Formats: sequence, structure tokens, C-alpha cells
Amino acid sequence: MKASHFDYVRVQSVEDAVRVMADSDGEARFLAGGQSLIPALNFRLDRPGLLIDLNAVTALSGIRREGDHIVIGALTRHAEVERHPLIAAHLPLLAEAVQHVAHSAIRNRGTFGGSLALADPAAEMPACALALRAVIHVQGPKGRRSIPADAFFEGSYATALAPGELLTEVHIPLPDPAARHGFAELTRRRGDYAMAGLALMAGPEARVVWFGLADRPLRDLGAEAALAQGPHAAAAAALDGVEVWGDLHNSAETKVHLARVMIRRLLERMT
Amino acid sequence: MRVTFRLNGEATVIEAEPRQSLADAVRAAGFTGTHHGCEHGVCGACTLRVDGVAVRGCLMLAVQAEGAEVVTVEGLDAPDLKAAFVRHNALQCGFCTPGMLMTAAELLESGHVPDRAEIRDHLSGSYCRCTGYQAIVDSVEEVAQARHGAKP
Ligand SMILES: Cc1cc2nc3c(=O)[nH]c(=O)nc-3n(C[C@H](O)[C@H](O)[C@H](O)COP(=O)(O)OP(=O)(O)OC[C@H]3O[C@@H](n4cnc5c(N)ncnc54)[C@H](O)[C@@H]3O)c2cc1C
Ligand code: FES
Ligand code: FES
Repeated sequence: MKASHFDYVRVQSVEDAVRVMADSDGEARFLAGGQSLIPALNFRLDRPGLLIDLNAVTALSGIRREGDHIVIGALTRHAEVERHPLIAAHLPLLAEAVQHVAHSAIRNRGTFGGSLALADPAAEMPACALALRAVIHVQGPKGRRSIPADAFFEGSYATALAPGELLTEVHIPLPDPAARHGFAELTRRRGDYAMAGLALMAGPEARVVWFGLADRPLRDLGAEAALAQGPHAAAAAALDGVEVWGDLHNSAETKVHLARVMIRRLLERMT
Repeated sequence: MRVTFRLNGEATVIEAEPRQSLADAVRAAGFTGTHHGCEHGVCGACTLRVDGVAVRGCLMLAVQAEGAEVVTVEGLDAPDLKAAFVRHNALQCGFCTPGMLMTAAELLESGHVPDRAEIRDHLSGSYCRCTGYQAIVDSVEEVAQARHGAKP
């Protein structure tokens, strides 16, 4: 299907993007990689009056190290995250997880910031942001602020971004040198969204984050506490008391079962 | 809106509505090898090269191609790959073929010899309803090895 009519403006700076958005009365959308927004327009699930194309805002892309943080610009393509030496060296969880985002032609355009802003509950990058204690920097009509990933994902496709706010960059602290990572995901076909997925940091600052199981990426405090007691203990503790959602293909019970097998196998591979 | 870009090596100027996809625009410009299947990024039939990388032509707006270098299957310089598809009978109806060629070409330029698993993985974003993929993987594997002087 074809998108309905909209206007288009290509902005050159973050300030312009925020200003044009503020002037639009809620009629506009930011266009990053377009790999989720354009399908939504083509299906006419959304009919904005204006697209604000961010692709010329060079300040929004790139990966750099700042002290004990890695900073990823919102417009950094998935393909760049996949290949970047700083990510490979310091954030191997991200390097591994990003290979599971869609297919190469989609990773060539889709962006890190777009993925977090969209907050698909079955997407890999939001779960990694949570597992890696990312802090999300935004700029809006009321100025700048930063939001920890723990408070950013509020529900299905819902984030802490206020109307008109632009996600500008993401700061990720360098993990403890003793930390290890694990990533697993179950899909029907390579590149699809996860039926059940797991992004995990083990070591001094353990974090266990599930995706594809509920309305948002889920931190599992029970599994984190049991991590040191081994794969079986962690699997037994996993998702205890957590509300898991079924979907079109799998019931909540099936998903919990798959997830427990997944974390046990992943930890066995890691140890 | 007026869009100025290079299309298969030629300086090109078109008029495009903002909502027109790049895939539609290159077809309107006469390069009908670019196909539309799903128009939401799933089937891969519309895959083009923009500034050297493969992208979904249905998920990029024509107006976003301002100043870009766009290559369609007609402009794809990979005669060995095209010949291998013919030799291995890697196409039947040919609907997916342009997207398969564009996607495979990118992998083949990566500078190493991919194994079959990697070829399958790379092509997994493209649907073929006809050939069952085996012959497509055979073709890509043969070209990868030939380009690196390895025996097939
Ligand atoms: C066939 C297919 C398969 C896919 N499979 C997966 C998958 O397995 N896993 C996965 O994670 N993703 C998948 N994706 C989605 C892909 O990762 C997208 O690129 C991503 O979700 C959105 O990023 P984008 O840059 O394309 O954003 P866009 O599509 O441009 O934008 C998405 C939304 O975020 C908003 N937005 C974008 N950038 C910002 C910003 N900086 N500040 C504020 N708001 C912003 C937009 O306004 C829009 O509402 C798939 C896509 C396709 C087409
Ligand atoms: S038409 Fe673009 S991916 Fe199907
Ligand atoms: S040859 Fe017919 S769809 Fe692939």
C-alpha cells in the first residue's frame, strides 16, 4: 500500500528539529532510519502531516568514547554499531545483539536511537540498553534532560519521551572488566523479532533483561540474585512472580518455559 | 519536490511527492527491475544500492535520495553473479531476482569468502517463492570462490 500525503522537511541541526516539531502541533514525526515509521505510513497506521528528516543532522551520528562511557549518537545506524571497534572492544553484548536486528539492508538504514524511541517490546536494542545501564539524553522544547534506561521504557511502544522531545544520544558506562555477557533469542526465522530474548551481564554488576515476553524489556531481579548459584538455580528463579504476556503464537506458559530453558542453556555456554 | 541524484551513473533530476518511495521513483525513471512485493521491508524485492550500501527501496523516500548515488539491478556491475544465476537456474519467475542480486552483491564485496551458512544468513531478508533458495546459494557460493581464485 502507499502512504497518504505528507509534507517533508530536512533539518540540519538538533535545534531546528526540535523547533519545527514544536511548531507542528503534534502533526509531525521525526524520520530517522524510517525502517519502522515508513512501513507504518505505507500501511496507513499513521498519517502525520509532516516528516522531519533527521538524516542530515551529522551531530546526531557516530560512536565515541568519553571518559568511562561510550556515547552512541541517536542516528547511528545498526550497521555501524555492528562494525564499530569501540563497540566490539567494550560492549560485546551490543555487538552480538545487533546482528539479530532484522537483515543487513535494514541495518544499513535503521538507527540505534530510532529503535529505543520506538520501544518495540520484542526489540533487541532496548533490552541491551537496560542490561548495560544506558542513560538516554534528550532535547525538547523545554531543554535537555537525561533519563536512565530503567525509567525510559514505560510500556508497549511507550517511552518517557515527552511530546516534541528528540532522543539525541545514549551514554553507556564501560562495564567492569570482569563482567561477562550473554545473549540469546528465539525467532521463527533469522532476523525476525524475538518470541523470547535475553540480554545478560554477569559479574560484579549482574543484570538479566528479557525481551519479547511482556509490554517492555523486563529486568529480572530474581534471576539476577540467583545467577551466582549456577544455571539451574537461575533458571528456577527466572520470571518468578513476573507477569509474562502470550502472543499470537505462544501462550504465556510456553514463553516462560522457553525463557527458563534459554537462560539455563545460555549460562551453561558461558560457564 | 525536485530531487537531483545520480541514478545508475547518470545525473538525474526528478519531481517527486514526499510520499513517493525511492523504489517507485526509479521505476518511474525506467528502471523497472526494482520490484515491489510487500512495501514494508519484509520481502527484499525492492532492494537498491544507495551510496554503496543495500537498502530497501520501499522504505526510503525518493526525496531522501537528494545528492545520493543510487544503483538499481540494471546498473549493478556484477556480470559474473548474473551469469551464475542463469547457469544454476537460480531464478524461475524472476520476481525476487533483482533483490537477491543486489543483496548478494554486497556480501560478495565484503572481501572474504563467505560459507553457505553466511550466504543463507545474508540472504535471509529476501523471499523467493519459486526456487527454494538452493540454486541461489549455489550461485553466490560459486562466485565468491571464483573471485578469490578458489576452486568451486
Ligand atoms: C522487515 C523488518 C524487520 C525488522 N526486524 C527487527 C528486529 O528483529 N529487531 C528490531 O529491533 N528491529 C527490527 N526492525 C526495526 C528496525 O530496527 C528499525 O530500524 C527500528 O526499530 C527503528 O529505527 P529507525 O531508525 O528505522 O526509526 P524510524 O522508523 O525512522 O522511527 C521509528 C519511530 O521512532 C521515532 N524516532 C526515531 N528517531 C527518533 C529520535 N532520535 N528521537 C525521537 N523519536 C525518534 C520516529 O518518529 C518513529 O515514531 C525491523 C524492520 C523491518 C522493516
Ligand atoms: S517491497 Fe520493499 S521489502 Fe518488500
Ligand atoms: S524466482 Fe520467483 S520469486 Fe524468486
